[in-house]
Amino acid sequence: MKNEDNKIKEKELSVKSKTNNLSMIRDFVYNAATEIGFSSDVIDNIILAVDEACTNIIKHAYKSYPEGEITVKLKYADKKFTIIIMDHGTPFKPETVPDPDLQSYYRQHRVGGLGMYLMKSLMDEVKYVSVPGKYNQVLLSKNLNSALR
Amino acid sequence: MAEFSTSTKDAGDINVIYLKGYLDAHTAPVLENTFSDLIEKSRYSIVVNFGELAYISSAGLGVFMAFIEKIRENNGDIKLAGMSDKVYNIFDLLGFPLLYEIFKSEEDAIKKFDEIKKLEK
Repeated sequence: MKNEDNKIKEKELSVKSKTNNLSMIRDFVYNAATEIGFSSDVIDNIILAVDEACTNIIKHAYKSYPEGEITVKLKYADKKFTIIIMDHGTPFKPETVPDPDLQSYYRQHRVGGLGMYLMKSLMDEVKYVSVPGKYNQVLLSKNLNSALR
Repeated sequence: MAEFSTSTKDAGDINVIYLKGYLDAHTAPVLENTFSDLIEKSRYSIVVNFGELAYISSAGLGVFMAFIEKIRENNGDIKLAGMSDKVYNIFDLLGFPLLYEIFKSEEDAIKKFDEIKKLEK
């Protein structure tokens, strides 16, 4: 148990809402997840889920406006890794996003909702909270034990 | 910043696109341009080699959806080859194997195109 005390408790990264910052966000999450001791497959999944959440914020909350702020907070407690991503863009209504339907994307030449589906599939928990006029928050979590099973 | 690049090879009637690095929302336009260039030249039989692709997000997967119908309308196809297990798992999770043929190797994908062409003759 002593080892766990040395592991990250909280870390935070703030970046502008530009897609060229996605790799920095992925590296930030990779380093923390590695420190916690997740297997490399699980780390890949966590990174992808965070990338998808941030891509959605850049494209939809900030509508590709590059000067918005994205804050990624990482916490590790009780064997649970929690990633909280905050923005100040347009609030997001997750219930309006249908599950992906590849056949209709094929006809429309576009995709939508894939990122959200990936997040839900890859993480233990995905929660959205919006406080209108203040902030939006998406919380992703992964339990170290569930990931080991 | 993560790097991504594509290169292409002419293999007779078929073109191979090689992907390298990290394909995300930032780098997806690079791959869009590669597809657009081939389509402009009426090259519709395309194999995509994933051998050196380290990472893909849904923005990267979206590129394949953007061009597939146009390519198939012109009697062509996008066939995928050489994926790592990690990349394949993401394609699989989203149901892409129903829409795209995925091969172990670039050679297998090219062979499939050749077989179809033979049948057409």
